[in-house]
Amino acid sequence: MKKNIVRALTAALSLAAITAVGTPVHAEDAVYRTLDEIKESGKITIGVFSDKNPFGYVDENGDYQGYDVYFAERLAQDLGVEVEYVSTEPASRVEYLETGKVDIILANFTVTEERAEAVDFALPYMKVALGVVSPDDALITSPEELNGKTLIVAKGTTAETFFTENYPDVNLQKYDQYTEAYNALLDGRGDAFSTDNTEVLAWAIQNPGFTVGIESLGDLDTIAPAVTKGNETLLNWINDEIVALADEEFFHADYKETLEPVYGSEVDIDSLVVEGGVVEAAEDTAAETEAATEAVTE
Amino acid sequence: MQDLGIRVLFMGNNFARLLQGLWVAFRIALIAVAFSMILGIFLGILMTWKNPVARVLTRFYLEFIRIMPQLVLLFLVFFGLTKAFGINLSGETSAIIVFTFWGTAEMGDLVRGALISIPKHQYESGEALGLEKMQVYRYIIIPQTLRRLIPLAINLTTRMIKTTSLIVLIGVVEVLKTGQQIIEANRYTVPDSALWIYGTIFFLYFLVCWPISLLASRLEKKWKN
Repeated sequence: MKKNIVRALTAALSLAAITAVGTPVHAEDAVYRTLDEIKESGKITIGVFSDKNPFGYVDENGDYQGYDVYFAERLAQDLGVEVEYVSTEPASRVEYLETGKVDIILANFTVTEERAEAVDFALPYMKVALGVVSPDDALITSPEELNGKTLIVAKGTTAETFFTENYPDVNLQKYDQYTEAYNALLDGRGDAFSTDNTEVLAWAIQNPGFTVGIESLGDLDTIAPAVTKGNETLLNWINDEIVALADEEFFHADYKETLEPVYGSEVDIDSLVVEGGVVEAAEDTAAETEAATEAVTE
Repeated sequence: MQDLGIRVLFMGNNFARLLQGLWVAFRIALIAVAFSMILGIFLGILMTWKNPVARVLTRFYLEFIRIMPQLVLLFLVFFGLTKAFGINLSGETSAIIVFTFWGTAEMGDLVRGALISIPKHQYESGEALGLEKMQVYRYIIIPQTLRRLIPLAINLTTRMIKTTSLIVLIGVVEVLKTGQQIIEANRYTVPDSALWIYGTIFFLYFLVCWPISLLASRLEKKWKN
């Protein structure tokens, strides 16, 4: 008798907590919303970063801004729906799609094989590679020039692995944090510093006397919108949209609006921006890029 | 140029946004604390029972909640419930549930501790005076327990308010996240805004937690006699 009371009480305790604050709503059979369902509801939810200037951030008026957001606005406009932004963190982007809590993730989402198993990537709209920044008076413009010289890298980055594997004659000076690495470059402890090109480009603008001599190097990573696995109607629509937008060079306009103020006007736009989902195969990275594009369009 | 960073606070609605974020955090903490206090008292009483089943169950609940990082619990409720049962809760509701579960466990343990800290002779003396069991609780045990509980409960409350900074991971934009958004948005134009923003956030948290501490010490003094 007493045991039953205890059990009932414990169950009630836990249930009370749930029912007291919100009535659970049962989702439909599919986790995701199809294109028609989104249109019908008049609203699309898009997961973006809220603290990654210049890709996705919130301005002083509380409005979302940035390269990803500029594209998100256009998607919503062409769908004829309102857009609701959800602030996501790098670690929860996949989860948001897997549970259908957002329709699209547009949060600087780099295409990788592991991620492609969990979500469906649309065509890419941007690409990232390595960049190398060095002082103007001893500018490094090709990786071969680095042989025998000291290159600063941050531990655990793609730059570290890339140079270790491909340019063993380059002396690497490794730091735990970006700030330390940048300080080492400023102090002249190394001849150049390499990490993601978007990162060094923005830094070089802020630090006169330094220039990004190599804007694109190594394996090309692409950045693409992602939808819940299996949401074909939405995926196809986004892909068609990206292809169609190439006619007006939409992402060039996007770049000029959002990224140029940060990266400056001297950067070769085509080393970052992808139009119509076509990643131009460059140099020795051609094979990998094709593989990536295939994985994307599958 | 020490005075440059602070201007970020007055750009656009930045300061109002911080306050808005503070309200989000405070609201969630407040609702969760209210639930935790009530449920925690029941749980605490349950934990003092001699019944082995009650002991095992409450112990398990307490340890489970304590061992699990709040972050994992947040993910479990926000994403896990949707994946497993198709229950789609908003970020705020998920946060309130998790904080209530956590707060109830902690509060329960505090109540248990306070209850068993009352010496046995207090019960016995009461009964010797001819008081009914309910009267013993009403006039002797509960007043003493409450007094012992106040500082501990206040401590828990302020801890819960500060832990709301985790809920950003399930998409709820509260004060700390708003601060980070402001710092990042001005990353290129006002690089030294971080110290000012974090300083303001410190001040805002203080503004919320301090009155609670004041109230607690007041109550303590009042109930001393």
